[in-house]
Amino acid sequence: MYAYIVRRILATIPVMGVVAVFVFLLLHLTPGDPATVIAGDYARPEDIVRIREQLGLNDPLYIQFGNWLWRLFQGDMGISIFSNLPVTHLIQQRLEPTIMMALTTIIIAIAIAVPLGVLAAWKQGTWVDRAVMVFAVLGFSVPIFVVAYAMIWGFSIKLKWLPVQGYTPIGEGLIPFLRNIIMPAVALGMVYVALIARITRASVMEVLNEDYIRTARAKGLASTTILIRHALKNAAVPIVTIIGIGIALLIGGVVVTESVFNIPGLGRLTVDAILRRDYPIIQGLILVFSGVYVLVNLLIDISYTFLDPRIRY
Amino acid sequence: MVATPTEVPLGHDKTVSRRAWDYTRRHPTVVIGLGLLLLMVVITLLAPVIAADPLFMNPIDRLRAPQEGMIFGTDMYGRDIFSRTIYGSRISLTVGISVAVLSTVVGLAIGLIAGYNRPFDAIVMRIMDGIMAIPAILLAIALVSLAGASIQNVIIAISIPEIPRVVRLVRSVVLTIREQPYVEAAISVGTNFWKILWRHILPNTVAPLIVQATYVCASAMILEAILSFLGAGTPPEIPTWGNIIAEGRTYFQRAPWIIFFPGLFLAITVLAVNILGDGLRDNLDPRVARRM
Repeated sequence: MYAYIVRRILATIPVMGVVAVFVFLLLHLTPGDPATVIAGDYARPEDIVRIREQLGLNDPLYIQFGNWLWRLFQGDMGISIFSNLPVTHLIQQRLEPTIMMALTTIIIAIAIAVPLGVLAAWKQGTWVDRAVMVFAVLGFSVPIFVVAYAMIWGFSIKLKWLPVQGYTPIGEGLIPFLRNIIMPAVALGMVYVALIARITRASVMEVLNEDYIRTARAKGLASTTILIRHALKNAAVPIVTIIGIGIALLIGGVVVTESVFNIPGLGRLTVDAILRRDYPIIQGLILVFSGVYVLVNLLIDISYTFLDPRIRY
Repeated sequence: MVATPTEVPLGHDKTVSRRAWDYTRRHPTVVIGLGLLLLMVVITLLAPVIAADPLFMNPIDRLRAPQEGMIFGTDMYGRDIFSRTIYGSRISLTVGISVAVLSTVVGLAIGLIAGYNRPFDAIVMRIMDGIMAIPAILLAIALVSLAGASIQNVIIAISIPEIPRVVRLVRSVVLTIREQPYVEAAISVGTNFWKILWRHILPNTVAPLIVQATYVCASAMILEAILSFLGAGTPPEIPTWGNIIAEGRTYFQRAPWIIFFPGLFLAITVLAVNILGDGLRDNLDPRVARRM
């Protein structure tokens, strides 16, 4: 098992390597001179020279990549072109709201999606099952900002229950934090709930056809015991896998949600950086987000060995 | 007892309408999805007839609520939201379909070669894993912001993150099929490579690819709207659903209809494509249908 874990950890190196190359080349893949692209439409010639100098764009490509990677290993993601602050510093500043929103979303989404999926599988073919599936298709189809604006209109403008936008750190009290975070978390979580509910339904349905479920029923166990102890436990691997893969959807959604609700997190930082063509920040953010995705999926792959003792590598 | 084959009802004895009705009953989702989508296409094609000039500004009628003569209301420049929404469907459908076609074609080519050539496979799949690790929205907005805002760049930028998913699908089909006895038999009698590819491998990729393409189309339309909404998509002067919604943000409290109607159209179109995809999946690809 330890050999498997080590192998799985080593397997992330080429993936992150490709991400790093891609992120590095992003600027060079696009047509035109990178310094001119970054400087934007209103740049003076001396601005372009300064940017080219600052980014080391006069060196050959492989030396640029080597230097960039070397600094990256030392935790240096470069300096923001717009604000002249280190990118790592800017990212650290914005971490908290995004992490809190993501965690709230994940907790709410799993708490809703898994029971829904199990229920749908149990009531297979009935109106309950259909309703869950319709909800799942809707969750895939209605874009985040449509859900978000619909909620703002309903709960903030018409009913005046919740603030329109903004963020309160959890340190300033749980209730104000929740009042601000609940709508973003629900908007962000829609797709995620749809995805998890669908996979939960499918994998529980498959397990419910197994012989040991019939045995459990035959010996008179309660339905809830069968569903949770026998069915859900054996259906856990695909569900946990999709929770990990779905993180990619959440990361994308964060960018939109934070813009709609004016939350000062990494998503807003991304949009601001994109609009200002602040290239070092964009690079840093893509690396961080991709790193999180790879790390979460690594942990999930490792968790299989604990979730399902039948899996031996 | 010998069964008389003439008594078996044959498909072609039924009338066309009867067969269509049977199909609708068996696969309601395909018909509903396709119907909604066709409706959208008709609206798009009829845009010049049913809608007014989407760019016409009329400052006297600024921020009017939906009413007679302007059923979806007007925006801050007095432009008609109905006309803008109708014209916006053109961009959404164009982007959705183009991305589906582009990523399917490129992904199919890469996937076929990867499934056949081991050294190439090892390298390509690592690259695909890397691209899949980068969240699609981030990759797309970064590409558009660097390449410049245009519909063409948006289509390319959205296709790139979708390609690895197609490659994986095609590769897995190729790997399964080439182990099949009939393919091994074909190889053993010296059938040439292209013929095997054309006669045995490609037909098996069609069904899963069509299903995949509908999902790509749906997610491309959402991504396009998100890119425009964030200000890193189609040029702001083109009326796309994302652009209309982005412009309406500042006026949301006063004029929620600017966001509501394009949002509704976007949701319905994506829903139609997704329903169609689910129906096709159950219909064309029973293996996947059982798993989902």
